[in-house]
Amino acid sequence: MPGEVPEHLLKRSAERRRALGLPVPGEEGGAPPEDAPEAPAAGAPADAPAAEAPAAAEGGAPEARPTGDPDSKIPAHLLARSAARRAAKEGGEAPAAGGAGAKAPAATGGRAAAATATAPPSTATGPGGHTQRLLTVVKAGSIQQTRAEAQDKVHVWPHLLVGEFVSLLSLMALVTIFSALVRAPLLEQANFNQTPNPSKAPWYFLGLQELLTIWHPMVAGVTIPGMGLIVLMMAPYIDKNPATKPSDRKFAICIFTLFLMFWAVLVIIGSFFRGPGFNFVYPWKVGTFFDL
Amino acid sequence: MASGNGNGHGLKGKMLESAEKMKGSQAWSSIFRPGSFFRKGYTDSPRNRSYVIMNSVLYHLHPVKVKRHAVKVSYTLCLGGLSFFLFILLTVTGIFLMFFYRPTSVNAWHDIKTLETAVTFGSLVRNMHRWGAHLMVLSVFLHMSRVFYHGAYKPPREFNWVVGVMLLQFTLLLSFTGYLLPWDQLALWAVTVGTNMMGYTPVFGNQVRFVLLGTKEIGTETLLRWYTLHVLMLPFVVVIFMAIHFWRVRKDGGISGPL
Repeated sequence: MPGEVPEHLLKRSAERRRALGLPVPGEEGGAPPEDAPEAPAAGAPADAPAAEAPAAAEGGAPEARPTGDPDSKIPAHLLARSAARRAAKEGGEAPAAGGAGAKAPAATGGRAAAATATAPPSTATGPGGHTQRLLTVVKAGSIQQTRAEAQDKVHVWPHLLVGEFVSLLSLMALVTIFSALVRAPLLEQANFNQTPNPSKAPWYFLGLQELLTIWHPMVAGVTIPGMGLIVLMMAPYIDKNPATKPSDRKFAICIFTLFLMFWAVLVIIGSFFRGPGFNFVYPWKVGTFFDL
Repeated sequence: MASGNGNGHGLKGKMLESAEKMKGSQAWSSIFRPGSFFRKGYTDSPRNRSYVIMNSVLYHLHPVKVKRHAVKVSYTLCLGGLSFFLFILLTVTGIFLMFFYRPTSVNAWHDIKTLETAVTFGSLVRNMHRWGAHLMVLSVFLHMSRVFYHGAYKPPREFNWVVGVMLLQFTLLLSFTGYLLPWDQLALWAVTVGTNMMGYTPVFGNQVRFVLLGTKEIGTETLLRWYTLHVLMLPFVVVIFMAIHFWRVRKDGGISGPL
């Protein structure tokens, strides 16, 4: 442990612990001398025998406890404290030591006999002599869900990124080649006095323009697309069916396909089958009146 | 890199040497994060495959691993990604066009004409912008259809569907505002039809139309207004919505499926 925690932190913690009257880890376990350079002269010699005395008295694992054995997982001061508790129960001297704190043995110096019971003071003793208490019981399910099912996953690099890169390049090539071959339309300069016949909206609004031939603009141009968008946005809240398999959601698929077909047909009619005066024409007879 | 003037081997040696020098420099290591394969080289291993994502900006977009079915082109048809890429393409080409365009009714059309005839690659870039825009409307729409047919809008992805429909609307608005800018007969009358339609909004139709046009009839004010919407405001809003959209895709557990 001393190898991992920086020196100055150990020192600070030792000082703090001494001030609070807590046992200092290094010291009872036979501290290395450089760990407690400014420890009270009387304190260190008094504590050292205190930790070792109960160990000797009980004879349990004597070589593991003193001298802060690096292999021991349990901190030396805890071992010392538990040993002290056990000794105190047997000797019946504990209450006096708990009240006095650790300063008592430090101040009184070399009273080795008293230190046997009092030196590692039991500060965390609750009613009935318990040294630990139950704070809360956390049920496993309430904070974490452990999902055991393993998912079949692949690395994004290279499996996804290569695919994305290829499709990106293909699109780039497609757009570039198409743009090199096909000119974007640029008609004569805008002229308010010359209304083209027919006047058409951009293609994605031609479905709406088509509806305008049937209904009043307030219905066809505003209400229907407005309601359509709201319904579209609310689709997940309307469709409560949790299934994703097409065979289990025939109704939703039918409705959506009808919706798509409806607009596609209207856009195609508006684009290609509407001539002068927005009258219905056959494009193979009179040509198209359509610019992208 | 190196200014070696020896023959083959000496030049190669010098190049390698200076490449090493560059990789050891503070500038290089300040650009590439520790663990980036630009710093430590790449050999194919599962760990390095993870590092490619984790130590690059791509980590904002992609997790380290995705479900196996998600990389199948036949599942997504790449439509969402292509829509995003088209947005970037349109931004780049659009910035190019901005260098040559003034949004006034006197100048706009002539600027486009000049761009087509007198600017290097002007015609090509304008064509790319135009066709890319139509393609983006199409790809966003198809992306929405794909998502619907896969039932990918179902919990926990409901809200991302809503964000997606908003993005579709913004795409249409971007396309429509751009439609006016060439200021030719096609633009003027398409927008006239469109804005007349919106003028029929119940109760405050006239106000809606006035806000859209910036005046009573289409003119320079409209052009300026739609130009600002087209090049600044709508892209700004779209970027924010896209950030939320992409973030939610990951937070909702990656893309949906398999069916």
